[in-house]
Amino acid sequence: MSTQTPSQDPRPAGAEEHLENAIEQKDVAGLSQGQIVRRRFFRHRGAIVGLVVLGAVVLLAVSSVGIGPVPGWWGFSNASGPVTNPGGAPTLSLPTWLGGEGFALGEHPFGQDEVGRDMFGAVMKGVQTSLMVIVVVGLVSTLVGVTVGSLAGFYRGRLDTALMRTTDLVITMPTIVIGAVIGKLAGGVSGLLFALALGLILWPSLARLVRGEFLSLREREFVDAARVAGASSGRIIGKHILPNAIGVIIVSSTLLMSQAILLEAALSYLGFGITRPEISLGLLISEYQAAFATRPWLFWWPGLFIVLIALCINFIGDGLRDAFDPRQKRIPSQRSMDRAAARAGTTVRPGDQTQDAGLGAGS
Amino acid sequence: MLRFLWRRFLAGLATLLVALFIMYLLVNKAIDPLADLRESTAPNKAQLIEQRIAQLDLNTNVVLRFFSWLGQVATGDLGTQWRTGRDVLDLVGSAIVSTLQLVTASTLIALVLGIAVGVVSALRQYSSFDYGIIFLSFFLYSLPSFFVAVLLKQWGAIGFNDFLRDPTISTVAIVVLTLLGALVWSLAVGGSPRRRLQTALVAGAATGGLLVYLQATGWWDTPRIDPVLLTVFGLAAAAGLTLVSAGLQNRRALASALVMVVLGLVLQQLMGPVFDAVAPSNLSLAALVVVFVAIGWGVGVLLAGPDRGVSARTGALTALVMVLLVVIDRVMQVWPPYFEVLRGRPIPTIGDRTPNLGGNYWVGLLDSYTHLVLPTISLILISFAAYTRYSRGSMLEVMNQDYIRTARAKGLPERVVVVRHGFRNTLIPLATVVPIDVITLIGGAIITENIFGRPGMGRLFVENLQQADIEPVMAYLLITATLAIVANVVADLVYAVVDPRIRLDA
Repeated sequence: MSTQTPSQDPRPAGAEEHLENAIEQKDVAGLSQGQIVRRRFFRHRGAIVGLVVLGAVVLLAVSSVGIGPVPGWWGFSNASGPVTNPGGAPTLSLPTWLGGEGFALGEHPFGQDEVGRDMFGAVMKGVQTSLMVIVVVGLVSTLVGVTVGSLAGFYRGRLDTALMRTTDLVITMPTIVIGAVIGKLAGGVSGLLFALALGLILWPSLARLVRGEFLSLREREFVDAARVAGASSGRIIGKHILPNAIGVIIVSSTLLMSQAILLEAALSYLGFGITRPEISLGLLISEYQAAFATRPWLFWWPGLFIVLIALCINFIGDGLRDAFDPRQKRIPSQRSMDRAAARAGTTVRPGDQTQDAGLGAGS
Repeated sequence: MLRFLWRRFLAGLATLLVALFIMYLLVNKAIDPLADLRESTAPNKAQLIEQRIAQLDLNTNVVLRFFSWLGQVATGDLGTQWRTGRDVLDLVGSAIVSTLQLVTASTLIALVLGIAVGVVSALRQYSSFDYGIIFLSFFLYSLPSFFVAVLLKQWGAIGFNDFLRDPTISTVAIVVLTLLGALVWSLAVGGSPRRRLQTALVAGAATGGLLVYLQATGWWDTPRIDPVLLTVFGLAAAAGLTLVSAGLQNRRALASALVMVVLGLVLQQLMGPVFDAVAPSNLSLAALVVVFVAIGWGVGVLLAGPDRGVSARTGALTALVMVLLVVIDRVMQVWPPYFEVLRGRPIPTIGDRTPNLGGNYWVGLLDSYTHLVLPTISLILISFAAYTRYSRGSMLEVMNQDYIRTARAKGLPERVVVVRHGFRNTLIPLATVVPIDVITLIGGAIITENIFGRPGMGRLFVENLQQADIEPVMAYLLITATLAIVANVVADLVYAVVDPRIRLDA
């Protein structure tokens, strides 16, 4: 509470205000917009952890079962085999410092199902599907959303009306409903087609945001300046306005991606999405939910990976939002303020910062 | 205003028609009503197929079929489910009731909890509590709803039923819960180390004391909110509500809250005679709640000094809490026989009522509540995350505004700054999100309803889509699309009402 309201502190605020600005200034002095954003992003601990974990998941999924014709170090097969552990329990054992018997993958690290199919390979295939959906939906919906939004916001008038009515139309149809219908149409054909279709229905929110951004940016002086200098509309859109709207676009397309993985999993769970022989994490959960009591690993591993991927993307999105939004000034912690104060040679009395703002427990 | 509504109505109608047309084509393409016949081995297969094509008019062009469906809808006839011959209007009617039961409770609880936690988290930005809440909301936000629902069903329900068979909480569990309560509250309230310690002690004592009391009095076998618990909860509610809505130094507001606690205790004793005289039904129960809240308002007005609204509001809010507790207590009274009848497995995982249960109104109410528990929790977990994030972001934005600085500078108490200047403005952006959310939910929490087998709107849609029944599917889409359009208009209207800077006739 008290950290965000320096004006409330009883001691003269000038010193601290000055310090705060100094830190802020020192942080960004002489850097380009991109450098500032990158710096802020890399300072966001959650986002970095998310990025690293997501990278590890991608690496694991791609290298283990391979991609397309390229084989990986784990032979994926959908065939049933002899059951290794009783009941097909996972052969994965934890390292000794975690209380296991030393780290080992074994023959079936994630266990097997009742007919002895390997779960690790299936989960990795499912993760690949999820990642594919994320990438395709991200690309398609960003492309459509940005095109529609920027054309509508820049040209306004009749084009704007037409495009926005179309957007309203897509919004009117509930995503999960249209996803279910499209899943029934395309899901049986291929996962890629299904992802494309999902991308084609998830763009409206992005289009609205981009349009709003364009409506305000096109009235700015630098756009007038570009026009006076003789720039074409295409150049103004691409070179002058779009880079200024990039923050909004990146942040909301990240959120779209995390929405997409959950939507794909839910639709596949309901049986309207990806179907066998292709594998999706939602499909695995739906197939094995009845085995929860007897073979819980069949249920936990796919679920764990869905949550992991969605969580990573959400954290990355949060980091990007903080990095791009200059209004959300990050207030330095008490400790770094103290350190800065010590460097500057002024003293901050330690007790002042922790005073309570008087808000009671009941609120 | 009227012109705005009229314009939006026309635009909405046009959007609706086009959306329905597209959806009709898509659904028609997605379903295959002949699938089961194609695989049949009946000798008269060709004839059966002919028959069904004639029945469903499949040889007519789909565009023509759409318009004949539209004409039929325009006369108020939503068609029939061809597999069973049932009227779609009836199907939709009963489905909406089931869905409303589910979404009302979960939305309200998620909203209250989400806003409260989000606001506190924003007020204590970058504290351990804030980081904890951020992580929790991200985590919940990333959970697929079907995963939560299956977990609750396979794990929560079975575990809780097992617990109820032998309801003893181990000492270790009590100690852990007590420490947890102490930790969470002290982090949420914050302040100087001394104050944190005080909060931790009080919260820990309250949590531990409550658990021990429940254990010692055999509460889990015969759950009741008896006068003792009612008094404790009532006093806590009165103190908390007065603190937030009026400030504890406002003695008149505090007095009206306390009077309502006493009246609530009286009401609890009167519940028997009242419902002997009036047959218990949803209507009479709702009437009771409204009357009691009105009494709370009246008491507030009577006891008020110059600030009539503040103590009336406090009285009414306390009255609401009290009457809800009393009603819950009345429903809980039928727990032992209900528990007996269901052979000790009272938390069901399927459906929205126990068939052939019998019993009086209160038993029916309890039965529908136990069926609501799991789906409601799974819906709450997910929308709680969203509302926490919205309200936290919105509160942070507001608390950094200049008028908050001004309010502090002119010496207003922190409570007034936070509640009146901060909190109220926090609600403005939420006002546009919530109507859309609520109305979208009426379209059914598709996944939750399917997993818990509740016969609501979402299940109606999924089942009929699987069974290639186009008329119920289109009826569902007609309703959800209409509601989506209405929701957007309502959101605009609410926005104009709560924020006087917005004018609709601009």
